Amino acid sequence: MELIIDGFRKAIEMILTGDREIFEITWLTLRVCFMAIFISSLIGLPLGMLLGLTRFKGRKIILTFINIGMGLPPVVAGLWISMLLWRSGPLGHLQLLYSPTAIVMAQVLVSLPIVTGLTSSAFQQINEKMLLQIKALGATKIQTILILLKQTKIAIVASVMAGFGRVIAEVGAAMMVGGNIQGDTRILTTSIVMEVSKGNFDVALAISFILLTVALLITAALTLLQQRKRVS
Amino acid sequence: MLSKRLLATLFVFMLLFLAACGTTNTDQADAKEKKAEPTDLILATTTSTQDSGLLNVLLPIFEEENNVKVKTIAVGTGQALEMGTKGEADVLLVHAPKSEEELVTSGDAINRKRVMYNDFILVGPKDNPASVNGEDINAAFKTISESKANFVTRGDDSGTHKKELGIWTAVNIQPAGDTYISTGQGMGASLQIANEKNGYILTDRATWLAQEKNLTNLQIVVEGGKDLKNIYHVMQVNPEKHDMVNSKDAEKFVDFMVSSETQDVIESFGKKDYGQSLFFKYTE
Repeated sequence: MELIIDGFRKAIEMILTGDREIFEITWLTLRVCFMAIFISSLIGLPLGMLLGLTRFKGRKIILTFINIGMGLPPVVAGLWISMLLWRSGPLGHLQLLYSPTAIVMAQVLVSLPIVTGLTSSAFQQINEKMLLQIKALGATKIQTILILLKQTKIAIVASVMAGFGRVIAEVGAAMMVGGNIQGDTRILTTSIVMEVSKGNFDVALAISFILLTVALLITAALTLLQQRKRVS
Repeated sequence: MLSKRLLATLFVFMLLFLAACGTTNTDQADAKEKKAEPTDLILATTTSTQDSGLLNVLLPIFEEENNVKVKTIAVGTGQALEMGTKGEADVLLVHAPKSEEELVTSGDAINRKRVMYNDFILVGPKDNPASVNGEDINAAFKTISESKANFVTRGDDSGTHKKELGIWTAVNIQPAGDTYISTGQGMGASLQIANEKNGYILTDRATWLAQEKNLTNLQIVVEGGKDLKNIYHVMQVNPEKHDMVNSKDAEKFVDFMVSSETQDVIESFGKKDYGQSLFFKYTE
């Protein structure tokens, strides 16, 4: 109990005194996570839409793989990305291993299936009759997409939130492909693991509170966006 | 039904956009390190050098002097050596002399130099269930095995693990069973597990001293003795065998580690916090 209070106090102290290192680590965490979820949304939302609205051969197989991917263990993603980026690997010449970009790649790999899968189920829920009606009212394709996006807004934001939750909580892959390098690829989750193994439980706890605060703020912002009343 | 073509076009646009974002990402990274474009040097090392804090003292000096960004990957010696064999690292700082020699023989590592030493110690529960006392390490291992007390091993192919296995072999015992707990983790984490599980564990002194305050259940049971010397070597990964290796900075790093100034820093490290040196100078 005492340890928790100590950790909490340490967290406040770190924030108030503007601990440079913790600030940099938090900033890098945010940059990496946002980049990952941005890329995942950019690919996952249209892909999910496509899979949700259209019917074509091989679609079920793709959906099966995406559903498996939703549970892809991050360490597996980490191992795959590592092998890809090893100097002896196919992308070795890019020298990306142990860089923030490598972490982003691993995080995209674990969050993309979540965003795609949840988006596609949202679009599969759309009533066929509504599609017909939109068509009957003479909407252009762009208009149709906009209407559908409005209809599924809650589910789409939820899918982005789920993906974001995955990347900000992720540690195994980030450790493996990032290497937890000080001032370079050390993010909040990997610092917690390192501080625990160094026996600095108070620091680890302090960082955990910072991580929770960050996650809470972002999720709250997204929830507000999700629950906002329609403007038009 | 929506036109597939439209969606496909949208998708392509997204991909293009994504490609553009990719470049901004690297641009940002570049801007961050714009000062004078330091070169990257990947150092694969053991958890003990990082967890003790030694590298936090040494690396900034080296980076400043040579305009190099050292990327430290702190893993067990086994994995560090493996990174050397595969050419994934540029320079290694490890402590498993026998396995290191294999790397030199195979031509994966060159320029191997002795850097420093400290010692291994055996720690165990304060109530000492196996009644081990200050005797030599081999006898202690035998006693623990016979009394069926818990023994915690890192089991991760690290230098400490290799040392431990060497001692088991020397006393002709194959450790196994419920009382032989293999953690597969670094020294710090393994010490904490030993602390919780009332186990004996072989550790390097540096990590022990750095963590002693958290390990209220443990004490040193065997120390001293020449068999327990823990010697660290630094070596370069052979650029002739692995073409992407940064051998220029790796060579500088080896020279840096054995220079007399660095050796003084190494020996004075830890004196203030622990009242004793964690590592001792030991060049050839």
